[in-house]
Amino acid sequence: MSEQSNKQPNRILVIGGGFSGLTTAVDAAETGAEVIVIEKNPYLGGRVAQLNKYFPKLCPPICGLELNFKRLKNSPLISVYTMAEVENVSGGPGDYTVAVKLAPRFVNDNCVACNACSEACPAERPNEYNLGMDTTKAAYLPFNQAFPQKYVIDSAHCKADCGKACQNACKYEAIDLNMKQESVTFKVSSIVVATGWNPYDAKKIDTLSYGSVKNVITNMMMERLASPSGPTGGKIVRPSDGKPVENIVFVQCAGSRDENHLPFCSYICCLASLKQTTYIREQNPESKAHIFYIDIRTPGRYEKFYWKVKDDPNVSFTKGKVAKIVQAEGSDDVIVEAEDMQTGKKVKVRADMVVLATGMQPAGAAQKINGVNYTEEGFALSNQGVIAAGCGRNPMDVARSGQDATSAVLKAIKTGLGR
Amino acid sequence: MSLRELAVWSQEPKSDEAQLAAEDYIKMGVIKAQKGDIPEPYVMETDKTILVIGGGIAGMTAALQSAQSGYQVVLVEKEDRLGGFVNKLYKKVPAAAGEYKKPLIVDTDIDKTIKEVEGNPNIKVFKSAKVEKTEGQPGQFDVTIASNGNSEVVKIGSIILAAGWRPYDANKLEHLGYGKSKDVVTNIEFEDLARNGIIKRPSDGKDATRVAFIQCAGQRDPNHLSYCSAMCCTTSLKQAQYVRQNPDATAMILYKDIRTPGNLEYYYKAAQNDPGVMLTKGDVTAVTQSGNGSLFVEMENSLLGEKVKVEADLVVLATGVVPATVDDPILNLKYRQGPGLPDLELFDGFADSNFICFQYETRRTGVYAAGCIRQPMSMSDAQEDATGAALKAIQAAEHVAKGVAVHPRAWDVTWPDPFMQRCTSCKRCTEECPFGAIDEDEKGTPFYKPGRCRRCATCMGACPERIVSFKDYHVDMIGSMMKNVSVPDDEDKPRIIVLACENDAYPAIDTAALKHAKIDPAVRIIQLRCLGSTNLVWIADAFSRGIDGMLLLGCKFGENYQCHFAKGSELADYRLGKVQETLDRLQLEAERVGLIQVAIDEYNNIPAIIQKFVERVKEIGPNPFKGF
Repeated sequence: MSEQSNKQPNRILVIGGGFSGLTTAVDAAETGAEVIVIEKNPYLGGRVAQLNKYFPKLCPPICGLELNFKRLKNSPLISVYTMAEVENVSGGPGDYTVAVKLAPRFVNDNCVACNACSEACPAERPNEYNLGMDTTKAAYLPFNQAFPQKYVIDSAHCKADCGKACQNACKYEAIDLNMKQESVTFKVSSIVVATGWNPYDAKKIDTLSYGSVKNVITNMMMERLASPSGPTGGKIVRPSDGKPVENIVFVQCAGSRDENHLPFCSYICCLASLKQTTYIREQNPESKAHIFYIDIRTPGRYEKFYWKVKDDPNVSFTKGKVAKIVQAEGSDDVIVEAEDMQTGKKVKVRADMVVLATGMQPAGAAQKINGVNYTEEGFALSNQGVIAAGCGRNPMDVARSGQDATSAVLKAIKTGLGR
Repeated sequence: MSLRELAVWSQEPKSDEAQLAAEDYIKMGVIKAQKGDIPEPYVMETDKTILVIGGGIAGMTAALQSAQSGYQVVLVEKEDRLGGFVNKLYKKVPAAAGEYKKPLIVDTDIDKTIKEVEGNPNIKVFKSAKVEKTEGQPGQFDVTIASNGNSEVVKIGSIILAAGWRPYDANKLEHLGYGKSKDVVTNIEFEDLARNGIIKRPSDGKDATRVAFIQCAGQRDPNHLSYCSAMCCTTSLKQAQYVRQNPDATAMILYKDIRTPGNLEYYYKAAQNDPGVMLTKGDVTAVTQSGNGSLFVEMENSLLGEKVKVEADLVVLATGVVPATVDDPILNLKYRQGPGLPDLELFDGFADSNFICFQYETRRTGVYAAGCIRQPMSMSDAQEDATGAALKAIQAAEHVAKGVAVHPRAWDVTWPDPFMQRCTSCKRCTEECPFGAIDEDEKGTPFYKPGRCRRCATCMGACPERIVSFKDYHVDMIGSMMKNVSVPDDEDKPRIIVLACENDAYPAIDTAALKHAKIDPAVRIIQLRCLGSTNLVWIADAFSRGIDGMLLLGCKFGENYQCHFAKGSELADYRLGKVQETLDRLQLEAERVGLIQVAIDEYNNIPAIIQKFVERVKEIGPNPFKGF
């Protein structure tokens, strides 16, 4: 910042190390502010780290993440705390005190990511990075290109009788099973809440039969299935029998735009499903995809991506809300029933697999931070010194999250200037 | 040098090959360290004043945000009044989530914002003005502003382009009745009609009690605008409220899809709850006279039936957004590569970023776009966007003052330093620089502007005289590293150099190694800042030393390019097209050199990609220069 404002360092605490939080951190540090990033996962990148490709360019999310990690590593002004959660925010603009709880990783900075601990570990845990579709060892690296590139020990899934197999296997004294939970406090001038979102729990939508009908999956599961680092190495096969998917149905607004679930629109799901049709069409030239929708929402220049998908004769669309999803008798196939709003007729489509375009629920719906204000739905609200950014404040895509985060940086810096 | 990844994890443990690889990489590492110098930033005297072009809501927000952060601002507005399109609005949509309750239309309060801008001592406003020319570089721009017959040159640090948009020309929408009936108006014209209270129809002054809104009047239509204008659905929902100020009037919104993403859905819901607002999907085919003074809107495939006619007193065309940059460079840069931002046709004329992850990136350093010139967006989104652009402009002004690069190498203090005595004025660097950082005089002598430079080193790759160097990265450094790679005498053991982009291809190799995938021992991998920095002399030198093949791994190019420096990998490919000549001279096969586009997530394929190339070179046979 300009000379006269350079007397006191601007200190910004960023809650959330996903796409918005990372963008906030690097943009703030590159403008001269000190930044503390608090991330609850053992890695940075949040939801986008789980995505296979971005729409509309169909480029890998890790490309931009990698560059942001590089900027972060090159900046002496950023400190990152993973496995950390904010317990309380107090104080006011220019002078906040933030209490943070740090969960033990049981792995220190000596870790060289050699995988020896994982090889030695006898215990397994469900892999939440792959949405539970496979497992990892209890000593694990969250994913291939994870940052920080450090293993984690999941103590909840450790076997008590393994005789510290991981610790014994480690040549670098990187494992410390005596690590304890810690509490730390930070004094900062402003806070950016970039806590992101969770996929809406599809089990709550009875009619769509997620969890009861085999081969009904969610859009986030589809991202993992299509990803080279996913449970199938990128092969899109259906969960029940591993059959390559020939016929797929996408159900839009699975929970979104629904008074009983999420009354708002989740912004990304139309584009996500359009994108996911390209995954399957690219993998299997004979495959067919069908999309049930209320409105196709591809705002701005995203329209052309919609056209591109619509031009594919193997992708078809029906305007209509899905009424019911059932298992086909004597088969692992799925039957989707809906009313075509344009003809008024009932339609039934049989598919190998159904993808529910589940919406985004702001993180504040599940967990609120003491000292931060929220809307009824859990969207974080901004005030002078606490600035909400990204999907935690309004559903938006990656591009807008980045833009929103950059905008939040200036507001946070201005708070620190006391203007 | 990542010895662990390149020589240990990716090679057979304890093999001779692993040993030789380790020795080579150590040698290369030592040379890199020897040949590199400690960089000194290029510090010049700079000005940090921020120029905002456009005095609409985006421009005014950018100006205020920058001024409130302690920066001097110069604001240039082409009209004689600030406010832009908002001046034309009767009311606006309430801005924030949770506010989408009655009333659904609120005052724009634009006068308040204008007063705030005009009263801010840090903001100097030029009205009825335009940017005549922009010379220099970030930190040292000399911007000539023409206003009311006078021209003034101001010193500028960085620029926010917020010159806005204009509505799509409704005269091109004759099939929708525009120009044929006075009672067909655009959504902008409708704002004026609404300002006078009860809405009258222009033809005869009768109360318009049935108002039809035609969505996508030109948008989402390959014959007009291929994109969606993002804001028109919400605008029509708002304007339906204007209609409903007369309780006897009804509004009909005829749409393809209603697009109210995110929390705007609440606004849609609130409008839907009004029994006087009717919405229906359909394709509008024509607007015709009904014969009794009113109009028919004819539709197909509608929710009301296959072919229907809707009668209306007034038809509003929800016309779309055309960015100012579509036919005007606006910046009027005095750059060798032209006056505007390049390649905007990729974005339908919008001054948008190609990068999903980096929304403010343009290919002219220190220039950031905001508002509807960047993407079609709502007023409140434009304000957020402008705040972000202000941050980027501030960042650029500060970085250039310290001699530090901006995105993507926002930490880099090196800069290109050409040894001008040996320059032949061939113009390759000035033509190829993806960021237009190099100007030239009539004789073709290049003038490097470090403030515009992003440090990709494309100029270093372009230069046939090898005169462009960075302190820690130059032709001799990479060339010397290559020259010290071992070349086995054994004819069955080829040696192949892989030049890998450090941003994507190399991390993919790194990840493959982390997964302990084996990489063919024939290759030696060298990281480049960007494939654009590949100098053809490396290829000639390598082959004359007996290297059997060279593989370049870089980012995807084309319409959806992934290169962080926009053009690097594409330029490397273009240069390789010319390498044939060199190879012919050496009587070598062109297939010994290849460029493959890889993305960072292709780590599972990369060992096989390399393997395949090695096989190809093995098939051609050893380089006849081996041993000479």
